[in-house]
Amino acid sequence: MLEGVRLKRLLANKAFVVGAGLLLLIVAVALLAPWLSPHDPYQQNLQARTLVPIWHEAGTWAHPLGTDPLGRDYLSRLMHGARISLLIGVSVALLSGLIGTTMGMLAGYFGGRIDMLVSFAVTTRLALPVILVALATVALIGGSLWVVILVLGLLKWDRFAVVMRSATQQVRSLDYVAAAQANGASTARVIFGEILPNVLPQLIVVATLEAASAILLEAALSFLGLGVQPPLPSWGLMISEAKSYMFFSFWLIAIPGTALALLIFAINLAGDGLRDALAPEGRA
Amino acid sequence: MAAYILKRLGLALLVALAVSIIAFGLLRLSGDPAIALAGEGASSEDIELVRKTYGFDRPLPVQYVDWLGRTLRGDLGESIYFKTAAGPLIVSKLGTTLILGIASLAFALLISIPLGVMAAIWRNSLIDRLCLATAVIGQALPNFFFALLLIMLFAIGLRWLPVSGSGTWLHFVMPTIALGYYIAPAFMRLIRAGMIEVLESDYIRTARAKGLPARSVIFKHALRNAVVPVVALAAVQLGFLLGGSVVIETLFALDGLGYLAYQSINTKDFPVMQNIVLLLSVIYVVLTLAADIANAWLDPRIRIA
Repeated sequence: MLEGVRLKRLLANKAFVVGAGLLLLIVAVALLAPWLSPHDPYQQNLQARTLVPIWHEAGTWAHPLGTDPLGRDYLSRLMHGARISLLIGVSVALLSGLIGTTMGMLAGYFGGRIDMLVSFAVTTRLALPVILVALATVALIGGSLWVVILVLGLLKWDRFAVVMRSATQQVRSLDYVAAAQANGASTARVIFGEILPNVLPQLIVVATLEAASAILLEAALSFLGLGVQPPLPSWGLMISEAKSYMFFSFWLIAIPGTALALLIFAINLAGDGLRDALAPEGRA
Repeated sequence: MAAYILKRLGLALLVALAVSIIAFGLLRLSGDPAIALAGEGASSEDIELVRKTYGFDRPLPVQYVDWLGRTLRGDLGESIYFKTAAGPLIVSKLGTTLILGIASLAFALLISIPLGVMAAIWRNSLIDRLCLATAVIGQALPNFFFALLLIMLFAIGLRWLPVSGSGTWLHFVMPTIALGYYIAPAFMRLIRAGMIEVLESDYIRTARAKGLPARSVIFKHALRNAVVPVVALAAVQLGFLLGGSVVIETLFALDGLGYLAYQSINTKDFPVMQNIVLLLSVIYVVLTLAADIANAWLDPRIRIA
């Protein structure tokens, strides 16, 4: 998919380079968190509660981003929190991508009744308020990282289905697909061997957008207390826990909030760059 | 046109029906609703009584049809937590949320239309780039974090606005901004793209060639046509805003449907929770139906296709 021309165009796209670079940095920190983080993110220390970060006068290098009201090192929690956000983004995009791509490609390839059925499912899904249904479901089954991933994955396939449907429709009638069909290739072979590789660029772009949206949703759910549960250092949960201290210790909110914004910014920028470089004709 | 409306109406009804099945099924996710309704520490006789009283011992399809029938007649059951009829409770909160939703939409349009038009007129200029950069940064800010930043600035720092509550119109200012800013980038991009396309079209060139003033060309001729797709997006986004009000209303303790939804979810108040999900979904279905009809009326090409 990434032939030389496209790769060159991608690397010439400044937005993509900045976004992908920032994203790589965050991924590296997340992967290396157990070795990079100065402290155990769960270790409470009642002697070191709510220590200020290094840019305050009283800050120390022992806790560069300070500690939370339970005395846990904030930098370590932030680093481990990146793992949760990325895990959510990747898993939800994979699960919802699998569901949505299958539905969209079937609808686009076969048309007719199947297309009507898929379009109806998408319309119905869009009518449901995602946050509300996710909150209710998590509250009913009990919040945990995997429940959140499962619920969001089962809710967020709509954009995959819509984009993959129209992408498949465009590719279906092209000569090489007809040639494969004429050669007697099975339907599965035509779909996976001929169509899927050609709709892959659009698929990747949707996946980045959906990953970002899933990370934001998890943060919102955890912020409301109905997502990832304590003591896990989800960034949304960290903001929620810091809410009652916002008057005197606003940095407790500002740090995970900024981290969240930076991660979404990086993913969106990389996604926009990918879209422009891989599908210039679809540029808006 | 009549055939198109009829077709869309039929689809909307089917979607509403499907949504009602999902809202009904949502309650069953917890397993046995009788156990949840009876509350903690209920004896097995109590649970059995609840099961009989509410009819949970009947087959699911029978329960669904019964529930749907009562809902359609306006009987939404009783709130377990507030101990009042769920229907009037939900209706009493709807106004606040509708005001918040419409105000947020208006706020988003108010900033996105001028910015989108400017970005399109001075394409690739500094203004255009600045608008696009703001959009990318705006979409990266989680709305609850942005809301907390607003509180820090306007309530704690400047002391201009109340932190939470819903007594006066001042209580709506921060929730409106916190909810509306997030959808503004989508409108801005759409208006920018639409304006660019329209400004390059033949009839705009003709209008310019006739010597019409630039202001008249842009606002009377171009913007009118570029705004058509905005109608459809506005309907979709208003639905999104009503759902998203859960986070913002809870954060600001704004006493609307979103806050009620959060309370009902936290207290396992199933009848209220179920009906809010159903109501918001139906509102969305109606909004998109209205937008489709409006679009077909604005653009005859749609009704024929």
